[in-house]
Amino acid sequence: MKDSQNAKKLDTQNTMDIPTRKEGWLQRLKHHRPAYVSFILLIVIHAVVFLGPLVWRADPEALTMEGPQAAWSAMHPFGTDDIGRDVLSRLLKGGQVTLTVGLAAMLFSLTVGTIIGSAAGFFRGAVDAVLMRLTEAMMSIPNFFFVLVGLTVLGNTPFMVVLVIALSSWMEIARVIYGETLKWKEHEFVEAAHAAGASNLRVLARHILPQAIPSVVVVGTLTIAWSILTESAISYLGMGIQPPMPTWGNMLQDAQQYIWTSPMLGILPGIAIMIVVLLYNLLGDGLRDLLDPRYVPRRRRNAKRITNFFKKKAQGVINNVH
Amino acid sequence: MNNSRFILSRLWQSIILVFIVTVITFFLINMAPGGPASIMRMDTTQEARDALTVRLGLDKPVPVRYALWLGSAITGDLGESLATGQPVIQRIGERLPYTIELAILTLIVSVLLGGVLGILSAIRRGTWFDHGVNLFTVLGLSVPVFWLGIMLILLFSVELGWLPSSGTGKANATFFQHIRYVIMPVFVLSTTTLPTLVRFTRSSMLEVLSQSFVRTARASGLKESVVVYWHALRNALIPVISIIGVLIPRLLSGAVITEAVFGWPGMGRLVLEAAQGRDYPLVMGVTVVTTGIVVVSNFLVDIAYSWVDPRIRNR
Repeated sequence: MKDSQNAKKLDTQNTMDIPTRKEGWLQRLKHHRPAYVSFILLIVIHAVVFLGPLVWRADPEALTMEGPQAAWSAMHPFGTDDIGRDVLSRLLKGGQVTLTVGLAAMLFSLTVGTIIGSAAGFFRGAVDAVLMRLTEAMMSIPNFFFVLVGLTVLGNTPFMVVLVIALSSWMEIARVIYGETLKWKEHEFVEAAHAAGASNLRVLARHILPQAIPSVVVVGTLTIAWSILTESAISYLGMGIQPPMPTWGNMLQDAQQYIWTSPMLGILPGIAIMIVVLLYNLLGDGLRDLLDPRYVPRRRRNAKRITNFFKKKAQGVINNVH
Repeated sequence: MNNSRFILSRLWQSIILVFIVTVITFFLINMAPGGPASIMRMDTTQEARDALTVRLGLDKPVPVRYALWLGSAITGDLGESLATGQPVIQRIGERLPYTIELAILTLIVSVLLGGVLGILSAIRRGTWFDHGVNLFTVLGLSVPVFWLGIMLILLFSVELGWLPSSGTGKANATFFQHIRYVIMPVFVLSTTTLPTLVRFTRSSMLEVLSQSFVRTARASGLKESVVVYWHALRNALIPVISIIGVLIPRLLSGAVITEAVFGWPGMGRLVLEAAQGRDYPLVMGVTVVTTGIVVVSNFLVDIAYSWVDPRIRNR
């Protein structure tokens, strides 16, 4: 009797060392070094891009005294562009537009994906058949074909660019939400909510969808990366947000004809896009690792091995006593 | 489910899918404020505009127009290009072989390279090689395709002068001269497929290596190389077939940008020209044909997968 109590006590003590699911999300993110570093760097980049213009006050659309394609200097750290505008201030302003398009497109496609995925999973039957066939059909249209058609028809104002990117990228989210809705709607707590008289909408919004948040965060993060890449690509093709409003994509397009004389004009926005997309991808991958129940944080692996070793020893001792 | 029933049901699903795609595309195009009629220049006379409206069938309601389009599309008539007056199907026929060449070469390169890199990094899990491959896959997923293309042109065409910067060299080139035109587009396009293939092969291989039959093979005293390359590899490569179906739309999507950067006269360039010129029948035709290719290749991938792994038919 006493021994078994001891065993129980030992057990709880040992499992205390393993990271638990009850930690806050930022706390848990710390266990994954690349994702944590990416997260911090993303915050820094967003701060620089959105707050930077308060410090660096050059007008992104005004022509400077130095003229076009000026070299790097203290006055203009990254020189001036093809018609003589300050490149640093354009990178900051362009970053604001590009990052906002990425975030807005993600939120939009999250909304569409959630509505379609949860309706299909919750109501099943004909709704399911129609919506999931629609999702499959959208997945087989190559993205850029859809985006180009959409932009041709709807025009290329910033809002339409966000809308079209979102309409071309909600399918992954819809499938995740669909799967989670199917999985959770059979659980007892959902039945209990139904029995307590909650409406369908309330059951969905309060009981089922919150369960899907972790997996949606992963897909959502990767969707931001994808949206930023798409925005820059359609700007490069001349179908995206139009100058004079700078984005990292249309800065690259402007720079392309001068790439032989001042290659930095093309290299800088490209690197900016790549770094931000890379960080979002690393963050998304890290979050996916953390969600995987089989994942053991690198730093904790040794600790866990040691605790398991002692746990087995202790178990052996207890078994011998019996 | 037996084999022919499986194939028939997949075929039926594919037809439904293509049908839904035509509906989506047609109604999207006709959502344009003023409809496709907005292409008409305002300096023409009212009579000329009326004549064009009737010729394009724009005086009829959208569902009727869709039914008419579908009726002629089934017989292989996708209408006429507004820009050149040629049949849409003819313009597509001129461009399609170029895109298919690019797509097939890219797929071959990335399946071979992705398979090798994925398997090696699974076997050498946790080593510098694994981390290096992992870094390259994330970089490949993050690099803007067109920017990579421009940088490569800058390096190999302008600085070093090794490779031509654009075109296909088809007109009067020998096979080996043509290869020089293909290298950069294929490399750039493979950044859209290679990283996914590497990751997928790696995780599939790790999954198989952790299964009990691998442990049994090891325990029975087989050499590690036999276990890995004979027992594990064959099972790990089966799921890789299924990911190819997912990659095909991405490949064709990436072709739009790759073709624009390298002046490659394929379907991607055609859809771009059509979109910029508001050539609606052409946009419609190109999108539907491209999606049709995706659906057909997904169908073939499904059949191939069920042939290699018959368990899939019962899912």
